[in-house]
Amino acid sequence: MTRRSALPGFGPALTITLVWVSLIVLLPLTSLAVRPWELGLMGVWHSITEPRVLAALRLSFGAAALAAVVNVPFGLLVAWVMVRYRFPGRRLADSLIDMPLALPTAVAGIALTALFAPKGWIGAWLLPLGIKVAYTPVGIMVALVFVGLPFVVRTLEPVLMDLPLEAEEAAATLGATRAQTLRKVVIPALAPALLAGFAAALARGVGEYGSVIFIAGNMPMLSEIAPLLIVIRLEQLDYAGAAALGLVMLLVSFSILLLLNLLQKRMGVKIR
Amino acid sequence: MSEAFSQGLPVATRERPATRLVLTLFTVVLLVLFLLLPLAVVFTEALSHGLGNIWDSLTDPEAITSIELTLLVAAISVPLNSVCGVAAAWCIGRFQFPGRSLLITLIELPFSVSPVISGLVWVLLFGANGWFGPMLDRAGLRIIFAVPGLVLATVLVTFPFVARTLIPLMQEQGASEEEAAITLGAGFWQMFWRVTLPNIRWGLLYGVLLCNARAMGEFGAVAVVSGHIRGQTMTMPLQVEALFNDYDWVGAFTIAGLLSLLALVTLAVKAALEYRIGERSGALL
Repeated sequence: MTRRSALPGFGPALTITLVWVSLIVLLPLTSLAVRPWELGLMGVWHSITEPRVLAALRLSFGAAALAAVVNVPFGLLVAWVMVRYRFPGRRLADSLIDMPLALPTAVAGIALTALFAPKGWIGAWLLPLGIKVAYTPVGIMVALVFVGLPFVVRTLEPVLMDLPLEAEEAAATLGATRAQTLRKVVIPALAPALLAGFAAALARGVGEYGSVIFIAGNMPMLSEIAPLLIVIRLEQLDYAGAAALGLVMLLVSFSILLLLNLLQKRMGVKIR
Repeated sequence: MSEAFSQGLPVATRERPATRLVLTLFTVVLLVLFLLLPLAVVFTEALSHGLGNIWDSLTDPEAITSIELTLLVAAISVPLNSVCGVAAAWCIGRFQFPGRSLLITLIELPFSVSPVISGLVWVLLFGANGWFGPMLDRAGLRIIFAVPGLVLATVLVTFPFVARTLIPLMQEQGASEEEAAITLGAGFWQMFWRVTLPNIRWGLLYGVLLCNARAMGEFGAVAVVSGHIRGQTMTMPLQVEALFNDYDWVGAFTIAGLLSLLALVTLAVKAALEYRIGERSGALL
């Protein structure tokens, strides 16, 4: 562990770090915190309570939350199979999980759009069933599930690896079926990690832009996400309005980060 | 650690063989469908009109400019963030000081900020109506809708990668080897080149790899500051968007294919590095 040490270089290294953090993170975020108030208090309020803005915020947070909910069981299944089972190609499959993080969001966006468009490989199958994905809010969900999956899996995997097997063995010895053991012993032990994975996927989904805008259709009030509305306001040179919306989103993101850190400290959950 | 499960998993903590088979198959099918199909569609669409069209798309002057610009932006922002990431890891991983955890939070903050906001903040500072916009205008300097803006947005988005990889690694390794070097009379740089850097090189490479992948693939942040000037401020992901919106699917998916290859190489190198780091320090990154 680190202790007070006689090692050199603390001063210069800290100086570089502080200058860099100030220029790249603090100064820009200060402008975000200050610019909205040019509109005045009421102006900011009107700017962020416009029906179109509220619809976009509701959509961004709602779709991100729903996608994260979907990702929790899928992520648990994937993490479980990767950690507990051995099968040919497991290493390859495990590397694949990071694909949504490695693939540039714009590429994921156009690829998912091509897949789910009415004439696409998957879209053509869904069309006869009356399911439209591309250019609807469902498409937004699909994109957010795609980008969110690795967050849940990668949060769960280290926790699953460190999970002591004794409790499971004891439960089995005491006559519990495997399903009972999983429900009453394993899932409760994983609950903090599941929550942390959910929050990480949610935080990513709320701000997601590139993978969403191609498949969303971007109809105001219906399928227009909050980050897109920021871009639109900037194009109209409404800097203060864009900053106000950005600030609202950032404050929520910040709360989620805080929650994550609290979780991490309280429950000892490792977060990627 | 993970290998411990391979054979020795107690029978009581296993699902029935049939259940395991079904779950494994389901997971693999899910991963292939969900993670590989988008990749397959990129390459299929790019190839749909033959190799000649791919060549035309790749040698289009706008495409070449976008590739050069992407390389340029990454070549500036990745080294900057790497040097500062190592500096941050040195003071956070080796010393205790007041405000340390606040500093960690600030370094990780860009990860929880929407890419669009990471672009927006630079427009607020340097755009036409920004704080410093008029001043820059008088001096004849352009940041927004120009290369410096693209670099700033990319630097903000990729800020945490190197530091975040190195801090846990350095904490786990401990300072004893470095302290020994200093005790034996080494200077800072001697210690850094001979002890610190060799110890963290794989971790550093890992951070640089992720930083670079994100720098080259970033979309939202650069979309805000780019101004979308064709043949001038379009990085590869922005070019993908422009071509896609022009219904030039072959062109869009060709450049997307290049970016997908980058993603595949990144994943392969990442897996190889994880193997190395895991073997060396037992750390799971």
